[in-house]
Amino acid sequence: MKEIKIFARAGQGAITTAAILGEALFYENKYAYAFPHFGAARMGAPMNAFLRFDDKPIRLRSKVYIPDYIIVVDPTLIESEECFSNLKKGAKAVVAVRESTKIPSVTDVEIHTLPAERIAQDIIGRPFANTVLLGAFSKVTSEIKIDSILEAVGKRFKAKPGILEKNLDAVKKGYESV
Amino acid sequence: MKKFLEGSWAVAEAVKSCRPGVISAYPITPQTHIVEHLAKFVADGQINAESINVESEHSAASVVLGSQAVGVRSFTATSSQGLLLMAEVVFNIAGMRLPVMMVCANRAISAPINIWNDQQDSISLRDAGWIQFYAENNQEAVDLIIAGYKIGETPKIMLPVMVCVDGFILTHGMETVDMPSQADVDKFLPSYKPPFKLDVDNPMSLGLLADPSVYTETRYAIHKTLEDVLEIIPKISRDYKSVFGRESLRLVEEYKLDDADVAIVALGSVCGTIKDVIDKEREQGRKVGLLKIVTYRPFPKESIYKALKNIPYIGILDRNISLGSDGAVYTEIRSLFSEPSKKISGFVAGLGGRDIPQDTVKEMIRLTKEEVNNCKFMDLDTRILWEEFRVS
Repeated sequence: MKEIKIFARAGQGAITTAAILGEALFYENKYAYAFPHFGAARMGAPMNAFLRFDDKPIRLRSKVYIPDYIIVVDPTLIESEECFSNLKKGAKAVVAVRESTKIPSVTDVEIHTLPAERIAQDIIGRPFANTVLLGAFSKVTSEIKIDSILEAVGKRFKAKPGILEKNLDAVKKGYESV
Repeated sequence: MKKFLEGSWAVAEAVKSCRPGVISAYPITPQTHIVEHLAKFVADGQINAESINVESEHSAASVVLGSQAVGVRSFTATSSQGLLLMAEVVFNIAGMRLPVMMVCANRAISAPINIWNDQQDSISLRDAGWIQFYAENNQEAVDLIIAGYKIGETPKIMLPVMVCVDGFILTHGMETVDMPSQADVDKFLPSYKPPFKLDVDNPMSLGLLADPSVYTETRYAIHKTLEDVLEIIPKISRDYKSVFGRESLRLVEEYKLDDADVAIVALGSVCGTIKDVIDKEREQGRKVGLLKIVTYRPFPKESIYKALKNIPYIGILDRNISLGSDGAVYTEIRSLFSEPSKKISGFVAGLGGRDIPQDTVKEMIRLTKEEVNNCKFMDLDTRILWEEFRVS
């Protein structure tokens, strides 16, 4: 079983990110359990979403304490949220960064950065980094094929053709950027 | 067909497949998504039902009481304060022998306000005459709704059913669920043909004054019928399995109890966490098992007794507390055994959304073997207790 923790702000689509990833894993006959950090968050407040996955059904219902992977959607959370503490040894991190972002020096964590907000701004026209980061996650972890991510994004945005195409491009660009 | 779904969506789809004629609910966290999805199905014409907007849960319960009374399959859902506001109608629905289906998205009770999960809400209404099921996962939630309608509507039963689903953990959790096809549901669940209903052509009354000469008999009749439910559940479970291939409908589920010397007893989603811990404990050579109670009302005393009778150490996890007494499930299981050699402990955990991590389950197992506790609160924060309440 692998565990993922997503760091974002409420309104940035972290739950959608977990949902898309869970759907993509489902296409690969894996079992996933995606869940938000349960609560009532104001827009902009730091929040987390979580995902567990395995080859067999997920039974564990507790929070994720020591993730194998993290995805940081909002670069401004890196310092305040201590994203890189309490990770599994050898964990991989997929992190959206800005030019000003300082990555703390940590051991036993493999950190992969990309300007996901800028890529999203360029392709989608809004700085929603989620689909870019999902592409990067596919490349960095090899846990999930990019085609599965693309299929899940396709399903999620099928009612919005204009946005769909842009998000598919964003996934691909994220994949190429790490 | 297997799908990757949010629990609330799976629940709403299951309800839709049962073809209710009336849906009435008042939105409350964490039940809200269930009602939103159902309202959308109605608005989109995917389901031929009346969705009746109301101003409170008391009215929502009253609407489904009325609709069921005129012979229409009905559905409502609520949580926490909403269920408490429904309480008097909840008792009336059972007293009038109306097989309403309700999903309770389990949530803590105020005050203080807390929107997170425990099971205090539905446990508080265990005495109302409803059948109560607790789902471990969203597959069970789906299956228990469909099977639950069939049980409640069985002519010799005619009692309401509450399917309890842990708030957020299941309602907002996304996972794989094998969604039954409409054709299979139609095969399993025939249209609702009540043995009695309010009908102007054949007038009758429901819920009238019952004076001391008959009231006790009305209670006894419900009580005896609930005993019949214990008999009918295995039968309907077999029917369900023959159509859908799954055995979600049970009185209890025994997990690795055969050779166990420690048994943990629990209800709902935490059973999944406990199963994971048990597998790890067994790798260390510790013989631990789980008794999951799926049917909490009627209380399956015989099945529980049979499952636990040879196990010396029993730890019962309550996600509720009868303040001033003990956890509800502990009290009931304790009363089944009189053998002094049996060590039965009660633990209260997971109140108001407090996480139950694997370490807490491990600690419960350790404590169960070490000493007898009757109402041990797990993971208490002693600093808060002292600073806020001067309790040590």
